[in-house]
Amino acid sequence: MRPKFHMQYPLRTIIHTASMFTVLTAAALFIACGERDDETLTIYSGRSEDLIAPLLDRFAEETDTKVQVRYADSVELALLIREEGEQSPTDVFISQSPGPIAFLAELRLLRALSEDVLDLAPHSDGRQWVAITGRQRVLVYNRDQIAADDLPASIFELTEPQWEGRIGFAPSNGSFQDFVTLFRMDHGDDMALDWLQGLVANGAQTYGNNNAIVQAVARSEIDAGLVNHYYNERLKVENPNTPSANHRFADGDPGAVMIATAASALSSGDQELAEQFIRFLLEAESQRYFAEETLEYPLAAGVKPAAGIEAPATIDFGTFDALGGGLERTLELIREAGLDI
Amino acid sequence: MLARRAPISLVAASVVTAMVFAIPFGYLVVRNLSADAALLSAVASRQTLDPLIRTLWLAISVSLTATLIGTLLAWITMRTDLPGRTFWRIACPLPLVLPSFVAGAAMLAAYAPGGLLEQLLSPFGVSGLPRIDGYPGAFMVLTSITYPYVYLPVAARLASLPPSLEEAARLLGHRPIPTFRRVVWPQLLPASRAGGLLTFLYVVSDFGVVQLMGFQTLTTRIFTTRLVDTSLSFALGLVLAIVALVIVMSERLASRDVAIAAGEPARRPVVIPLGRWRPAALLALIGSVGIGLIAPVIVLSWWAYRGLVNEAAGFASTEGMTALIEPTWNTVSVSVAAAVVSVALVLPVAFLTARYRSPFAGPLNAVVVAGFALPGLVIALSMVFMALRVPALSALYQTLPLLLLAYVIHFGAQAYRSAQVGVGAVDERLGEAARTLGAGRLRRLWRVELPLMLPPLAAGGGLVMLSTMKELPATLLAAPLGFDTLATRIWTANEGGFLADAGMASLVLIAVSALLTWLLVIRRADHLR
Repeated sequence: MRPKFHMQYPLRTIIHTASMFTVLTAAALFIACGERDDETLTIYSGRSEDLIAPLLDRFAEETDTKVQVRYADSVELALLIREEGEQSPTDVFISQSPGPIAFLAELRLLRALSEDVLDLAPHSDGRQWVAITGRQRVLVYNRDQIAADDLPASIFELTEPQWEGRIGFAPSNGSFQDFVTLFRMDHGDDMALDWLQGLVANGAQTYGNNNAIVQAVARSEIDAGLVNHYYNERLKVENPNTPSANHRFADGDPGAVMIATAASALSSGDQELAEQFIRFLLEAESQRYFAEETLEYPLAAGVKPAAGIEAPATIDFGTFDALGGGLERTLELIREAGLDI
Repeated sequence: MLARRAPISLVAASVVTAMVFAIPFGYLVVRNLSADAALLSAVASRQTLDPLIRTLWLAISVSLTATLIGTLLAWITMRTDLPGRTFWRIACPLPLVLPSFVAGAAMLAAYAPGGLLEQLLSPFGVSGLPRIDGYPGAFMVLTSITYPYVYLPVAARLASLPPSLEEAARLLGHRPIPTFRRVVWPQLLPASRAGGLLTFLYVVSDFGVVQLMGFQTLTTRIFTTRLVDTSLSFALGLVLAIVALVIVMSERLASRDVAIAAGEPARRPVVIPLGRWRPAALLALIGSVGIGLIAPVIVLSWWAYRGLVNEAAGFASTEGMTALIEPTWNTVSVSVAAAVVSVALVLPVAFLTARYRSPFAGPLNAVVVAGFALPGLVIALSMVFMALRVPALSALYQTLPLLLLAYVIHFGAQAYRSAQVGVGAVDERLGEAARTLGAGRLRRLWRVELPLMLPPLAAGGGLVMLSTMKELPATLLAAPLGFDTLATRIWTANEGGFLADAGMASLVLIAVSALLTWLLVIRRADHLR
């Protein structure tokens, strides 16, 4: 009931909003103009923050270096580095799997690592990366649905009738694709295709990623699924009552391969600082962090996996450099098997 | 109405804006310049056509359903005597703020076999709910997080719609539903169509939900090929851009002007008694907001609660809640800034395309709107490309102004479509009257037109704000080093399976967006009362 005055309110609100915006922009610009000094280590990390940040803090403190990190998906970071080219501010790239690193190696954006770094842990023949931790491919299963005696020793059993409609897998997921690449390198494309087709014919269900499979197994939506060991170990921490458990296939089975998370140095970056940091990641104390806190397989300095994480007799990464270049053929095979990715 | 020629200054300002919005398209063209015949045949293959058809089918079905739901909810919350309207007005836009991967994961935990719903219903003998995946899963999740694209503009239009129309219809003896159909709906059409188009484009750009549900669209093809065959990936990106431009242009051609009732600051809004329709209306709200917001909030709270009671699980690498303070502040400041800059930047184009006849209008409209359909990854990479090649901009690389620019380019369409509706509903005679009284053009804009356009502008800004709050690809790739937002915290926690962290950060995101929506959008509209 005050038609004469109604316009005053909007005008005031416009001024409010405008002044708020000015303050915010000024604050934003202020934050943005932080200076870069020389002793700064810049890392692009495909490992998520929760799985590495404490180590970075310790490195910064011990070496009196400023550490800056960009966390994102490994593949997207590789595309970002490709776009940046020689102007990349990055010294070190940490990838959740060797594929994105091989992509950058092909573009000649990486620096060969020194022998003394490569000697510390499993590494690529091309000297572009060194493995930091391992993630074991396993079958996650629901203990209420499957008795321990009935668990398969080999992934080849999963195409048999007793597993019809009970298995989940993630054909669009990077680590499943890495596993298929290693599978066909060791056993040939035909056998890998046969197995994929058998899995599909046996009514296996597809999922978007490892987390989705582990959650579906925990809900009893499916009985078992092919994943990295990490995700169920993490779920057990979040929910100690989960009925899901990991099962390792027999040593030497194609289903029991290990996927490496790896570090590499950018040719545009500071080599000395980069290698100092990579050596730090492979020290006993850092490897113990990965074993105990992120529940992965340590790969250097003689550190053992955490209690309750079953270790294979030997850690075998299969054909390392294949994981980069072989991906295209792997995607073709997955499509040939009738899977839509 | 669209007869006059546009002032040259307006055309110039609009062209400059459009050039900014054209950056990602230019980037895709540059990246495809070396395309050869083999690539062209790969693009024309079934492996592109099938996903394209699936994309269009999903986008059309989701946007039609979202338009229906968004419009209905807006009318119920703005026009009826439904109890708890203020709560519903704040709650209705919120599903938009959930990043799609977390909305998807939470809805799976809620509705999939063995999930929350099945556990609740099991005492009643319900079991064996169907798996949520493929088309039905993607349809459900996307519809329930995109209807706010329609809800907000339509609610804003209702706030400034002259009540005299509805009062007249009711005096003539029309019951609520015929009144809505014959009188209100035609007036809401421009706003709900604008929202429907935004929904369509969002679905085209989405990766999180379709990837989780295993429904292969053009965008998932772009993602699966991005590393193994980067040139094919860029070619598919260009295909997607062209499809989006064509859709946006045809939408404009198909929408001939309807006679729009000029907006006016309402005296007292119409309140229609729902009567026996009340339970049905309440059910519609509980259903829509329940699926998209309440059930996910319950799941997220459960995850967070497990973290609070179980020390090992909770907030592992963080110092508990204090670690969320900085990301929260960052989220609020960039999203509000992106909203304000977007509205300011698109306003000239909105005036040009809504009020004048200009040969530029069609293409300008298309460039500003279609950018919303591009995957965020393309926007982010185009920013990097530009910043590193234009010497004047290289100082801006990995700074907040560049990140803001990415947000504005990606989400400006949302502000623009609402602003267009707003411009269309301002009675030009008011401006004429002010001119007769000797007011200059800017003064008329400032004192007469902007205040009348405030509800739609606030709605458009609100959409940009909510979208920015959940934005991931550009934030992850183009933000200053070490710049965390709530969305990046949720993403990183979810990647590592830190469900308690992801749940807590999501709840903070929802709470903050509710507060901002109320402060900056709902109250703005209510001020006109």
